Amino acid sequence: MTQSHSFTQTSPARPARFRLDREGWISLSLLLILAVGASVAYLAGENFFVNLASRMVIIALAGVGLNLALGFGGMVSFGHAAYFGLGGYVAGIGAFHAFDMTPALGIPFLPNGSDQMIPLWLTAIALCGLLAYGIGRLSLGTSGVYFIMITLAFAQMIYYFAISWPTYGGEDGLPIYIRNQLWGLNTNNSLVFFFLCFGLLLAALSFCHRLLGSRFGAALTMARLNPVRLATSGVEPRPIKLVAFVISGMITGLAGALFADLNGFVGTSMLDWHRSGEIMVIVILGGVGRLYGPVAGAMLFVAMEFWLGGLTEYWQFFLGLVLLAVVLFARGGVFGLLAGRSRHE
Amino acid sequence: MTLSLLFEQLLNGLQLGTMLFLMASGLTLVFGVMGLINLAHGSFYMTGAFVTAWVTGTTGNFWVGLLAGTLAAAAVGALVEFAVIRRLYHRDHLDQVLATFALILIFSEGTRWLYGSSPLWLNVPDSLAGSVTLPFGVEYPLYRLAIIGMGILIAIGLYLLISRTRLGMRIRAGENDREMIGALGVDISTLYTLVFALGAGLAGLAGATIGALQSVQVGMGEPVLILAFVVIVIGGIGSIKGALVGALLVGVVDTLGRVLLPDVFKLFMEASAASGVGAAIASMLIYILMAIILIFKPNGLFAVKH
Amino acid sequence: MNEAVLSIQNLNKRFGALHATKDVSINVMPGEIHALIGPNGAGKSTLIAQIAGTLPPDSGTLWLDGQSLDALSVAERARQGLGRSFQVSSLAESLSVRRNVMMAVQALQGSSFRFWKPVNSDASLREPADAVLAQMDLGHRADTPVAELSHGERRQVEVACALALKPKILLLDEPMAGLGPEGTAKLTTLLETLKHQVPILLIEHDMDAVFRLADRISVLVAGQVIAHGDSDTIRNDPNVREAYLGDDHAESA
Repeated sequence: MTQSHSFTQTSPARPARFRLDREGWISLSLLLILAVGASVAYLAGENFFVNLASRMVIIALAGVGLNLALGFGGMVSFGHAAYFGLGGYVAGIGAFHAFDMTPALGIPFLPNGSDQMIPLWLTAIALCGLLAYGIGRLSLGTSGVYFIMITLAFAQMIYYFAISWPTYGGEDGLPIYIRNQLWGLNTNNSLVFFFLCFGLLLAALSFCHRLLGSRFGAALTMARLNPVRLATSGVEPRPIKLVAFVISGMITGLAGALFADLNGFVGTSMLDWHRSGEIMVIVILGGVGRLYGPVAGAMLFVAMEFWLGGLTEYWQFFLGLVLLAVVLFARGGVFGLLAGRSRHE
Repeated sequence: MTLSLLFEQLLNGLQLGTMLFLMASGLTLVFGVMGLINLAHGSFYMTGAFVTAWVTGTTGNFWVGLLAGTLAAAAVGALVEFAVIRRLYHRDHLDQVLATFALILIFSEGTRWLYGSSPLWLNVPDSLAGSVTLPFGVEYPLYRLAIIGMGILIAIGLYLLISRTRLGMRIRAGENDREMIGALGVDISTLYTLVFALGAGLAGLAGATIGALQSVQVGMGEPVLILAFVVIVIGGIGSIKGALVGALLVGVVDTLGRVLLPDVFKLFMEASAASGVGAAIASMLIYILMAIILIFKPNGLFAVKH
Repeated sequence: MNEAVLSIQNLNKRFGALHATKDVSINVMPGEIHALIGPNGAGKSTLIAQIAGTLPPDSGTLWLDGQSLDALSVAERARQGLGRSFQVSSLAESLSVRRNVMMAVQALQGSSFRFWKPVNSDASLREPADAVLAQMDLGHRADTPVAELSHGERRQVEVACALALKPKILLLDEPMAGLGPEGTAKLTTLLETLKHQVPILLIEHDMDAVFRLADRISVLVAGQVIAHGDSDTIRNDPNVREAYLGDDHAESA
């Protein structure tokens, strides 16, 4: 859990001793707060707070996905709602057809819909990977502002498609009447569902940790810091970035599938460009390019949504002010404030 | 599909294109001169519409309202530039995106706070009410026709401003070389504020005129903003000419696609399915257009070399 | 086609009316340091860009060790054995010196699409990188972030990165630029030791270094090679003297 992917100051081949630096301690504390908090809330019969914790975990997972592209790959995607929403629709549409006992998408030779989480997750991941591949192929030929606008535009395309496609609710969205199932687990139990999401978040974090420390991670880091150096070293930057972009979309898509199950509903709001902005905001609030940044960002975001939203209807006004202040004056986000400057600043 | 309907829709497409040009020209100017991506541009559109609706409601005169709305948007633009935007010129695009996204939240929620959630209504002025008869027997609303005319005037005006005036010369200098205008002894921060306010004013004017066709409500600027992004990507960032061509292309393709595609699909599908599929594809048409242009012209139709 | 390691044949590049590269042909032989000199604006940077693959020539061909480079990207040329350094140092500032060099080692070994094994403990990456660093007299700086290095040390890192590719040729773009006398002397010594290991195409302003290091020299003026030869030939060539000493009316065909 140490940030051994921070390449700058690592001493030569330190034996794999388990040592936590400050960033590591903060990361561990955040995870503990989530897990203990959800458990205590459950024991106290406060299902609302368990679900709030699940919400934090799922949004954090979406952010972990985006962070891989944005923080570690330097690709400012303003269209990650597309993957979040597509993942959500996979869960919703699968459940819809399972409920109706009709083939997926109404296409006769496809298998029936499913209410099993594992095949739904895998489908969501695969489809989001495919979508990210398509969008990435088209948009990675450009850079800077173009990339931002194009990812935004393509996500908007998916959004309008979902709105005008009437079969799955269009603008009204699609309810999931019965939460999807996982083997014999009672997924309707809020704590069981929380730990499912939590487990997936941990898995995604460890995966990214491994990935960033690998040869691929080294190449991705170089693609972000200095693509000219990477090419001069003999590695094409574009395929490296594209693969990271695809993995990023897959992780965010998985989060979308969980989010739909948490809410028992999937609608176009999951595809809205504000959603793309929010996922980006939680990455920034936590600290760009910090592995655990999105966890901190999601906790802060959902907490603000809850507290400020309880105080005033116009809580997003204050969110805007906070965000503006963070961008202008506290670039490192939560981790920047608590754990010092990162190698990115 | 009759010829007259087609003609009418073509005009509607031009009218949408005109609006998009007003939005996109400001965005592309601000990017070309200051290198800034501004998501909050839609907020100026909204500001223009709200102030116009409010002043028109108070004074009873649409033209006073329109002027007030445009000027208010420009003034708010100048204020925002002074307070926030100028801190972002030297930041990376990520910071610019986030800060201007924050501005959207502040503007949208702030407006909701001030005016409430229910939409305001703005009527077409009496002098432009009614419709005129055009070739092919088309009865076309005078107001929409006036919008197209205004768009042409503004396009010419912008062209003259940029090619014939001192301000325009400085803008061109800034587009070619940001260091150079400093060397020319131009007061850069005033120039930047002016350019930003000009862009905001154009967006405000667009919002104000559209306000009479649609309802005036929070968030109304956002769909237009994203369309304007598509326009800029197609036309080439920083190019006013690209913004004009891109805007007309997007306006016409989007409008005609929505009308024609369901009919096209009816040729080989049964009617209800065809209208569903047709509508869904039509909604994606301009993005598909953008994708195709990107494949062949990754920097847009009128790429500006930096 | 010939025994040259790097063969540049009849390269041409125009920008509108400007003929920036005019029928340039240069052969770099095994074991030599071949210097390319020329006054400012002679078109050296344009030529390097075409060799490195960032700028496509209008016509002409490039051969590296008998293989055509013409259709290859920057990265592919690097893998073919073209190691280069930049005039303005281009390194990942926040990464350690070793990490910068390891990137080239990784590319040399093939796939960067390995997602699991940590690079930090990967001896097959570290050891070759450390060996090259030792050769460039940077062993003690391996763990230092590039941002903390002196100007001269950065130049050495650039060369080390290029060397780590086990290149067939080194393309060094003004490595002495901005170095003081001490730094220049040090780098000159280091380059001398390299020459037997790998041939070098050296683009350089510092004439002392050029005359000390180069086996052969080509002089580029107004996009055109106006003279070829060893140090003495070049020193005494009237055209060269004119281009460097006289006004800028060096003939343009």
